[in-house]
Amino acid sequence: MDLGVAAGSGRHTGTSRLRVEDAALLCGSGKFIDDLAEPVNLAHAAILRSSEPHALIRSVNVGRARELPGVHAIITGEDVRNLSSPLVVGVKLPMECWPIAIDRVRYFGEPVAIVVACNRYVAEDALDLIEIDYEPLPAVVTPQAALDQANPPLHDAVGSNLVNERRFSYGDPDAAFAAAARRIAISVAYPRNAVTPIETYGVVARYDPHEASYDVTANFQGPFSIHAVLSRALKVPGNRLRLRTPPDSGGSFGVKQGVFPSIVLIALAARVASRPVKWIEDRLEHLTASVSATNRLVTLEAAVEADGRMTALSWDQVEDVGAYLRAPEPATLYRMHGNMTGAYAIPNVAIRNRVVVTNKTPTGLNRGFGGPQVYFALERLTAKIATELGLDPIAVIRRNLIPANAFPYRTATGALYDSGDYAGALDAALRDGRYAQLLTRRDAMRAQGRLYGIGHAAVVEPSVSNMGYVSTVMTPAERMKAGPKNGAQATATVALDPLGSVSVHVASVPQGQGHRTVLGQVVADVLGIRPDDVQVVTDLDTARDAWSIASGNYSSRFAPAVSGTAKLAAERIRDKLAAIAAAQLNVTVEDVNFADGKVSASGNPDNAIPFGRLAAASHWAPATIGDDAAQALRETVYWTPPQLSAPDAQDGVNSSLCHGFIFDFCGVEIERETGRVVIDRYVTMHDCGTILHPGMVDGQVRGGFANAIGAAFYEEYAYGADGALLAGTFADYLVPTVAEVPAPDILHFETASPFTPLGAKGVGEGNCMSTPVALANAVSDALGVGVERLPMTPSMIRALCSEAEPARPASVTPPASAPEPATGGRGLTGSGDARFPATRQELWDTLLDPDTLARIIPGCHSVARVSDTHFRADVTLGVGPVKGRYTVDVELSDLVEPASATLSGTARGALGSGSGHGHVRLEETGEGTRLSYDYEARVGGKVAAVGGRLLDGAARMVIGQFFKALGRHASKASGSSSMPGWLAWLFGGAR
Amino acid sequence: MPRLSRDETTPVRFTLNGAPVSGRAEPRRLLSDFLRNECGATGTHVGCEHGVCGACTIRIGGTMARSCLTLAVQAEGATIETVEGLAPQPGRLSVLQEAFRRHHALQCGFCTAGILMSLDTLFLDEPDAGEVRIRDVLGGHLCRCTGYEPIVQAAIDAQSRLRSGNTDV
Repeated sequence: MDLGVAAGSGRHTGTSRLRVEDAALLCGSGKFIDDLAEPVNLAHAAILRSSEPHALIRSVNVGRARELPGVHAIITGEDVRNLSSPLVVGVKLPMECWPIAIDRVRYFGEPVAIVVACNRYVAEDALDLIEIDYEPLPAVVTPQAALDQANPPLHDAVGSNLVNERRFSYGDPDAAFAAAARRIAISVAYPRNAVTPIETYGVVARYDPHEASYDVTANFQGPFSIHAVLSRALKVPGNRLRLRTPPDSGGSFGVKQGVFPSIVLIALAARVASRPVKWIEDRLEHLTASVSATNRLVTLEAAVEADGRMTALSWDQVEDVGAYLRAPEPATLYRMHGNMTGAYAIPNVAIRNRVVVTNKTPTGLNRGFGGPQVYFALERLTAKIATELGLDPIAVIRRNLIPANAFPYRTATGALYDSGDYAGALDAALRDGRYAQLLTRRDAMRAQGRLYGIGHAAVVEPSVSNMGYVSTVMTPAERMKAGPKNGAQATATVALDPLGSVSVHVASVPQGQGHRTVLGQVVADVLGIRPDDVQVVTDLDTARDAWSIASGNYSSRFAPAVSGTAKLAAERIRDKLAAIAAAQLNVTVEDVNFADGKVSASGNPDNAIPFGRLAAASHWAPATIGDDAAQALRETVYWTPPQLSAPDAQDGVNSSLCHGFIFDFCGVEIERETGRVVIDRYVTMHDCGTILHPGMVDGQVRGGFANAIGAAFYEEYAYGADGALLAGTFADYLVPTVAEVPAPDILHFETASPFTPLGAKGVGEGNCMSTPVALANAVSDALGVGVERLPMTPSMIRALCSEAEPARPASVTPPASAPEPATGGRGLTGSGDARFPATRQELWDTLLDPDTLARIIPGCHSVARVSDTHFRADVTLGVGPVKGRYTVDVELSDLVEPASATLSGTARGALGSGSGHGHVRLEETGEGTRLSYDYEARVGGKVAAVGGRLLDGAARMVIGQFFKALGRHASKASGSSSMPGWLAWLFGGAR
Repeated sequence: MPRLSRDETTPVRFTLNGAPVSGRAEPRRLLSDFLRNECGATGTHVGCEHGVCGACTIRIGGTMARSCLTLAVQAEGATIETVEGLAPQPGRLSVLQEAFRRHHALQCGFCTAGILMSLDTLFLDEPDAGEVRIRDVLGGHLCRCTGYEPIVQAAIDAQSRLRSGNTDV
C-alpha cells in the first residue's frame, strides 16, 4: 500500500502524490473549528434538549438559570420565533420547521433552550436550572404507525403524518406485469444510521447590529443552497450572512450538512447575547439529535421472465424523515430517482413514494444518500429472483445488465448514464477476484457442515447531483409554477501573483478527502509546473469567494465536477499566458509549450521563458500585454454540465451527472453458536471513470466499506416503543473498530466519463450502497433464509437460523436476572434485602420522615411530605456520563404498618423521566429487622439513551449507598420500615 | 492529599512535551479541555468525552490515557506528552508520522492524534509488538475515514523501520 511519489515533472494527475494536507494533521497543527483563534469576548453556548419524544410545552422557566453568575443570555423558542422565520420546507405544506421547539417538542433531543455563558461548564450548569413543564403526548415512532390515520398528527395544520405521496409510471409497467412469466416481490426495512464523524458540529457566530448582518463560521459541508435557507430563516439578504468554513473538518460523510439548523440558533444567540458565541456539539448531542439516514420500508416487485430477465419493477417506498421535513429532505428519497433500475436495463417502472413524519430526529445527508435504501431492496430482490427461479445469481445479474454498447443510456426514470462496460467489469471482477475459488471454498465449508454463504451486488453509483432532482417530489404542474431548478454549478479560481506563483481556490469544503493535493496535480499538469508550486485553498467564505448553491462536498462531486472545473480555469489562464508568450517567443499560440516550469516554443526548447516570469507579467507590465481581456491574472470558471436538466413533464429526471459501476461479491461464515458473521473474503470492483489519485480512490473505497460494515452489522439509532432513543453513546451506537473491519480486495476498471472535463466520476459513496446488501445476500445464502432488515445483529441472525440454538456449555452460568425491557424506554427490575439493628417500627418511622430521608438519600437536596402517603424529593444523581437533577414523586399504598408497603412513583428531570412501582417488606429477626424489596420500572429520556446499559449497576449502587446511610442512621437512633430500597432506586435509577 | 473546593480554581503544573506549563483549573475541568484551552495544545482532539473514541489519547507519565476521562488537577506534577511532541523538529515528521503519510493512514486527521499517541507508546513499551498487539491497541480507537487497514500497514511499516534502525523515508 506504499503509494509512492510521482517522479519528474510529467503528468501528475493519476499518480498517488503524497498528500499536502498530512504533515500538519500528523503534527497536531490542523485548523479544525475548535482550534481557531477566538475573540477575547467569546461566550459559549449549551443547548437544553427535550427529554420527551412528544409533548406540549406547558411552561419554560429560566429564572433560576438566568441568575447563575456567568450566564449572559438564555434563548427560548419564543425568542427564536420573534427574531427569525421557520426553515424553508421543500414541499408545499402547512408545516413550520423551526430549529428549536416552540410550544411543542416532537423528538427526543429537540432543542428547547440555549444558554450563553462565560464557558461551557457554566452554560451546562445553567441548563440544569431551567425548568420545563411538559405535557406528554403519545409518540408516533414507526413509519407503520405514521401511516395509521388513527394516530394523532405531529403537525396539526398538516392533519396527517403522511405528508407527501406521489405515484410515477414509466413505460408500461401494468402491461409488463400482466405479461410476465413470474412476479417476484420482497419487503425490506432499512434502519436509521449515520456515518457519525469523529469531530462533532461546531459553530462560531457573531452579529453586527449596525449592519444587521451575521458572520458565521461552521464546519458545514454544503450544499450551499442551504445558505439561502439560512438567510431566509435569519431574515437577512444573502449578502448579510457571511458563512465561512474552517480549513480542516473532522469528517462529515454528509452528516455535517445537518449543522445548519444550529447555525440559525447560534447566530440568534450571538445576537441576543450581544457577543460572539461558540457552540461545540458534544457526542451525546450528536448521537441524539444531529442527523441520520432515513429509515425506509420498501416493497419491491419485479415482472420476471423464466430466464431471470426483469421487464418491470414496481416500487412502494415509505420514507421516514423524522419529526420535520427539513431541507433538503425529501432528497434522500429522490436522489436515486433516475437510478431506480440500478445497473439493469428495465424499461418499465412504477413507483409509489410516501413520506411520513414520526417522533424521531429529522433526517438528512448521509454517505450513500438514498442508495443504501434502494439497493438493499433491489439487490436482495435480484438474489431472490435467482433463488426462486433456481438460477445462478451471476447469470441473473448478467442477463439484466445494461449492455456496453448502449451508453450513453437513458434509464426508464430519466437518468442519462454516461459510460460503462458493466459486463466487462463483472467478468474482470470474477476473474481477478478469483470467484471460482470462492465457490469451491463454499462447497468445502458446507461439506464440513459449516454455515457459509456467498453474496453479490451490482450497483450504479451516481455522483454530481442535479440540484433540481428534489423538485421531482412536486407534480409537473407544481414545478411549472415554481420555476425550473437544475444544474450543479462548480467553481474554481486560478490566480497568478506578482512573483508568478499559482494559487487555486475551489468551494469544495473537504472533510479530509485531500482535495488540495489533487488540485495541485491537476493545475500543475495544465501549466507545466510542479504540484508543489501550486497552493490550494478549499475552504469557503461566502463574502469573498466564488460559490453557488451546488458548492460543497457531497454527492461525490469533487473528482468529476470540482477538479474538472479547476482544470478549465487553469486552461483559461494557460491560454492567456500562451498568447502573451507567443508574442515574446515569436511563435504562434499553437506552438507555445508549457513544461518543466518553462514556457517554450515547440521544437525549440532554448527559446523559452521561465513560467514565473511570464506569469508575473500582467502584474508588472500590463501595458505591454494589451487590453484588459488579455491580462493573465485571475480566472474564475463556473461550470455546470448541460446534461443536468430539470425534471421533464413526464417526471423523467437525470438526477445525477455521472454513474460509476460497482460489482461486489463476498463469502461469509456464520457461527452457529453466537450468530456472529465472519467475513471470509470481500471483493469490490469499481469503475469510477478516470482515476485522478489511486491512493485516494482506494481510501474512499476502504472508508465507505468500513462504514458499510457498521450499517450491515452494528449501527442503528434504535428507539423504544415510547420514542425514547436507545443509542445515545458510543457504547450503544456501535461504530466498527479495526477488529470488525477486514481489508477488502479492491479492483478497478476505467471507462472515462464523456461528461466531465477529466473523465472522472465520483467514488465516495458506492460501498455504502453495495456492501450492506452484498453481505445480506451472503448471510441469506448461508442461512437459506432471506434477510429483510439491517443491522444483522447476532440475535437477529440467531432468530433466522432454522436450527435450534445450541445448548449452553456447562461451564457458563447464566446471568442471575436478565431484566426484561418493559414497554418502551429502558426496563429495569431488581430485588434484594438488607438487615438493620432496629425494630420494624423504628425503621418504618424513619423512612416516613422527610427530614431523615433527605439526609440519607444519596444526592438528595430535600424531601417534602405532600400528604401522609405522598412524598416529593429533589435529588441529583448521575448514571454513567449524565448527571442531573430530578423531581421525584412517590406515593405509598397498601400500607400495612410496620410490615409492608407498595410504592409507585415518577421521576422527572431535564435528562429524562421514569416511572415504576415496588414493594417493601419488613420482617423481625433476632437481631433486628430484615428489609426486602423488589421493583420494576421504565426509564426514558437521555438517561435511557446514554446511560441505559449502566442503569442496573447504578441502581444497585445507589440502593447500596442508601442502605449504608440507613444503617448508620439506624444504629445511631431508631429505625424501622419500608420504602427505602424502592425510593432510593427511584432517585438513583431515574437519572 | 490536598482538599479541593468545588468553586475555586487550583494551580496545576506539569511538564508538557518537555516544557513546564502551569495554569489554574476548577476541580471538574477535564484535562483535555485544559490542554486545549489553557495550554493552547489543540492537537489533542475531543471526539466523545466518554472514553470510547480514543481521539483524545495522550501519554501521562509514560502511560497512554484518555485525556477526556482525566481531570486537569490529576495531572499536577505529571509528565505529559501529546501529538505536538512527536515530530523531531518543525518541518520534519517522526518515523511513525511519515509512515502514516506514506500509507494514506489518515484522511480527515481528527482521530489521528490519539492513534499516533497509542502506537508511539506501544512501540516504546513493546518494541517487538506483533501485528496482533498492534491491532489490539488500535481497537481502542474509532476512525470513520480510512477503514483502518492503511493504519495497520503504516504501523507495521513504522515499527519495522524503528526496529531495524532504518529511519530513512
